[in-house]
Order: sequence, then structure tokens, then C-alpha cells
Amino acid sequence: MASKTININLKIWRQKNANSKGSMETYKLDNVSTDSSFLEMLDQLNEQLVNERKEPIAFDHDCREGICGSCSLFINGEAHGPDRAVTTCQLHMRKFKDGETIYVEPWRAKAFPVIKDLVVDRSSFDRIQQAGGFVSVNTSGNTIDANAIPIGKAAADKAFEAATCIGCGACVASCVNASAMLFVSAKVSQLALLPQGKVEAQQRVLNMVKQMDEEGFGNCTNTGACAVECPKEISLENIARMNREYLKAMVSAE
Amino acid sequence: MSKSAILRSSIAKKYWMALTGLFLCTFLIGHLIGNLQLIFIHGEEGRRAFNEYAYFMQHNIFIKVLSYVTYISILFHAIDGLMLAVQNKKARPQKYAYNNAGANSSTASRQMALLGSIVLIFIVTHMVNFWAKMHFEHIPLHTYEVTLPQQTNPEMVYYTHNHSLIPIQVDKVVVVRDETNLYLENTDLKLGEGYKDLHSVVMAFFGQSKNGFVTNSLALWATILYVISMAVMAFHLWHGFASAFQSLGLRHKRYTPIIAVTGKLFAIVVPFLFAIIPVLIFIGYVK
Repeated sequence: MASKTININLKIWRQKNANSKGSMETYKLDNVSTDSSFLEMLDQLNEQLVNERKEPIAFDHDCREGICGSCSLFINGEAHGPDRAVTTCQLHMRKFKDGETIYVEPWRAKAFPVIKDLVVDRSSFDRIQQAGGFVSVNTSGNTIDANAIPIGKAAADKAFEAATCIGCGACVASCVNASAMLFVSAKVSQLALLPQGKVEAQQRVLNMVKQMDEEGFGNCTNTGACAVECPKEISLENIARMNREYLKAMVSAE
Repeated sequence: MSKSAILRSSIAKKYWMALTGLFLCTFLIGHLIGNLQLIFIHGEEGRRAFNEYAYFMQHNIFIKVLSYVTYISILFHAIDGLMLAVQNKKARPQKYAYNNAGANSSTASRQMALLGSIVLIFIVTHMVNFWAKMHFEHIPLHTYEVTLPQQTNPEMVYYTHNHSLIPIQVDKVVVVRDETNLYLENTDLKLGEGYKDLHSVVMAFFGQSKNGFVTNSLALWATILYVISMAVMAFHLWHGFASAFQSLGLRHKRYTPIIAVTGKLFAIVVPFLFAIIPVLIFIGYVK
């Protein structure tokens, strides 16, 4: 198929640093290949800005193949744009029309403060992980092969599905309450479903939820927006599982 | 586990919202069945059935306990819900310039606090209009003659007084209409009580005055606002019913679709049946 080019208008959030007040700025970009990814389009725009001796737009990106969870853009009112089950780097410009105005904003949440332009600080996710998103394993030379423990196929599959969460934060960005429940529930589920994770399951869910609340994320109201926008299609089933895990831990943990 | 987490943790708050919400759903069913007497039993018989039912609801000890649980649930659901709404607003201080939220979630699910607040306002006005009148105001009693069963001794009727049976001559059983109690004529023997005429209060409120009750001049507006409130409640339940099960962690491939369908049906049928009652009274179908 022959490559097509489109001309687009962009309204992009510009913010000098964490302390300054930002605003939406308008840009015009011509000859964008419909085969290019959204980030390649932004590269093209930045080249244009550099040539005009203007400050290029800062945005997060790394692997550009949908596995690192770095890219994080709120495009036309949706996390990672209008396409489903893709990250921003996997979104193609063929999803947009010639002459279209495209809004690009950073994730909006108190727990994800803007650092610069479209880059937000997602270290709140790291702190939630540090609060319990791990298994304690003895590494003093007598490590046990994880594959030596038999695990049922159903549980293994569900744990794997939860583990596909790349921690991009699209769930928080999409949620009307800026709640991090889908992320936290994926991390809780991934470990709670496996025998190695069951040992610390109670303390894990209590600590991770406590950290989540302290970071200033909102409360889940089951709108389901997170699961729709999630590039890895993490299921709401994980949130239900975390609710069960938390209830169990709340009434029985020492 | 700190004690405060039971109230303050974001997930514990969900449990409380879900539990009180589901309890209030069962309350709605009970309330609806009571209300439906208004349209299914007509005339003087309907008036009597409804007033006796209202009396029972106010005096039965089991119902009394349930009613306090209901008051507490409404208060808790409302206060907890409003606190959640305030917290959730704070979690996103800077709004999106353009948010296409309709692409990923239903409007009802995102507007639960607004819908709930409207329902709360409705509940307050509803309680002022009916509950407070029934509990604290003077409502004329609905009294009626005691008709004696023909099979028993037609000459005598027995009435219990201080645990003993007192025979009363039938021709003397003249029930005195008085605003509070029923006495045997010319004696201080109390035969019974009349029932507060809530039926006539309801009828007059929605435009059908009788038994000396003054018609509500704003009956049309009362009916319209009632119907709107029920529509708002329908949207609240549209999301709330199934959402409560998810909050409690009750999710299963087999049962969740059934819960979802039940929730939608509940959200349509229950508010619809509530709403047609004042409409049928207003248009004069129920008299």
C-alpha cells in the first residue's frame, strides 16, 4: 500500500518545569506519513521546532515497541490515543484524518506531577512496588528453581496476564478519579496467584494499598475506563481479586 | 491492621459503599411492595389496607430495627460517598483540556456522586412530605365500624381488656369516631385505635383530594419531580448494583454476567414501578 501523507494541527501541553504554569500551544505539521508512529510524528515536529530555533517538546519514550511502559500521552481525550490495546509508540498516524486537530496532554493526576511538557513523574508507582510488589527469596547460594514448584495452568495464565502490566499509568490517566487500582491490582494478583507469592500475600496487599492511598491516587468507582484504555488489556478481574485479598487480609492479618 | 483502615482505606470505603448500597436495594424492594398497594387495591379497601400497613410499618419492632439500619445506611452511604467524591476531585487537580471519557466508560458510572446527591435531596424532601408527617404531625385518623362476623354469636362480641374477655352486647357496639381512639359509647372501654390516614395524605399530595384532605396545589410539580428523581435513581442503580458486587470482590465468569443483567433490570423496573404510582394517582386512575 502506497504511503499517504496528512497535514495536521496539534494542540500540545507545554510546561517549562514542575513549578511553572503550563498551557496548550498550537502547532501545524505538514507531510506526516500515515505509516509513522505517533512518536515519530512528534520527532518530526521537534525537528521542525529545532529548525525554527524553538524549544523541542519533551516526552517520555524508550523501547518504542510497546513493552517498556515509558510513553504516556493523553491523545484526543484518551490514554495512548483512540486505538485499543496499544501504547502511544504503537499508535499509527493512519488513525488520524487529514486536517484533524489532535490534542496531546500529559497524564493528569496529583500523584503524577508534570516535570516538563508531556513528561510526568511516575515514581509513585515505584514506591507502591517497593511497598510489597516482590517476593522474598533466599539468594545465599541455595536458590530453588522456581519451575520446580507445580502451578496449575489456569493460575499460571492469570498470573501471566496480570504480569503483562507495564506500569505505564494509562489506568490512572483514564480514570475519572485518577485511581491506581488497576495497576496495583495487577501487581497484587500476579504474585497472589502463585505459590511463591502466597507467603507474603496478606502483608503485601495491605502495604501496597496503604502506599497507593498515601500517594494521593483517587478511589476506584468501577467505571471500567482503566481496563478499556489499558494497552495490555489488564482485566477488572484483578481489581475484584485485590478487593477479596484485601478483605481477607483486613480481617485476619496480625 | 490499624483500626482506622477499616474506615479510611480506599478499598474498605468501597466495601462500605457496596454493603450499604446493596442493603438499600433490598429496602427499595420492600418500600416498592408497600407502595404498590396504592394502585393494586382500590377504593375504601385500598385505603384501609394501606393505612393498616403504614401503622404496622411504624409499630412493628422488627421493622423498627430495620428502619434504623436503613437510616444509618442512607447516612453512611451519603457521607462516605461525598467524602470519596471530594477525595477523588483532589486526585486530579488539573483537568484535561480535552477528555473523551465517553469512549471508555458510561456517563452514569462517572456521575455517581452527582446522581447520588440528587437522590439524597429527593430522599430528604420525600421524608419531609410523608415520613415526618407520619411520625410527628397530626394526621386525621381513618376509623371504621367494626363489622361482626355472622358465624359467631350474633348477640355478643368478645373484646379483650386487661387479659380478660369482656362480652359486649352487639347493639351497644357503636364505634365512636374520635381523633385518637375508639371507645365503646358512653364508657371508657377502649375498643381500638384508628389508623393515621396516610393513604389520603398521599392521594391529596399527588392531586386526588378526598376525606376532607386539601389538594396539593403543586401536585403536578410533585409528580414531575418524583418521576425525574426516579429516573436519576435508575441511572444511579444502572451502575451501582453490579458495581457493588465488584467492590466486594464477587466476580466470576459464570455469575458476573447474570449480576450485570439483573442490575440493569433492577435499575429499570424498580424506579419505573415507583414512578408510575404518583402518575396514576395524578391522572385519576387510582381514586
